[in-house]
Amino acid sequence: MTTLSAKDKEVVKAFWAKVSGKGEQIGTDAVARMLTVYPQTKTYFSHWKDQSPSSPSVRKHGITVMAGVGDAVTKIDDLKGGLLSLSELHAFTLRVDPANFKILSHNIMVVMAIMFPKDFTPEVHVAMDKFLAALSLALAEKYR
Amino acid sequence: MVEWTDFERATIQDIFSKMDYEVVGPAALSRCLVVYPWTQRYFGNFGNLYNAAAIMGNPNVAKHGTIILHGLDRGVKNMDNMKEIYAELSVLHSEKLHVDPDNFKLLSDCLTIVVAAQLGKAFTGEVQAAFQKFMAVVVSSLGRQYH
Repeated sequence: MTTLSAKDKEVVKAFWAKVSGKGEQIGTDAVARMLTVYPQTKTYFSHWKDQSPSSPSVRKHGITVMAGVGDAVTKIDDLKGGLLSLSELHAFTLRVDPANFKILSHNIMVVMAIMFPKDFTPEVHVAMDKFLAALSLALAEKYR
Repeated sequence: MVEWTDFERATIQDIFSKMDYEVVGPAALSRCLVVYPWTQRYFGNFGNLYNAAAIMGNPNVAKHGTIILHGLDRGVKNMDNMKEIYAELSVLHSEKLHVDPDNFKLLSDCLTIVVAAQLGKAFTGEVQAAFQKFMAVVVSSLGRQYH
């Protein structure tokens, strides 16, 4: 399910080049949507005073997440190796159930469709879906 | 019985009343066949599905996409008894078409993406939540009669 073909990588890099300028906006909206549409995800953020979509905590976290995605694009040839320390963070400190990676990935793609309707074609969608799935798997690598 | 807020009811009616089923249906189904190629297993007699361009231009896919949207319309018009409204279609998908119900969720996700692209900023988090709740009930109702 997770081997990215040369074409997948090309498509992901090209699309990312187009959209990375709006990375912060994408991340903020994706995290905000996740908290709204999947309220169970709020359980990971009980330490935030303000969990509303417009809160500074949501924006900051969206930026952090998208920076991670952008970093993963540069490490697309070896996601497991490249994301090792992030995986350790998620496994031992954050302990986010990996099911939530799928949820956030879905919301990232919804935002991409909203912000780049003409560019988020089915071919870009499938490559991005595969990439985010591979990213999620690499992130879960150190869990057990 | 599913409980719908006024906002959810209004949102679903609004989205579907403004939707061109003949555009959104084909777009959602063809996207599903591209993004999740194993779903093509149910469309062996649809002709050329060899690549994304072929799928997007395939008239059988387009026709079927529209049929699916009209099927969703039934749920839109009967939000308070979707289980009953979809019972017959559920039996059809199980006993005649033999569709793995996991596929309903895949198509639903693609439809969400297509609707998001169409509505743009109007597809807020709250609207998305209402839409996904509606689709989840459709998906659940369609899988209900499987045994």
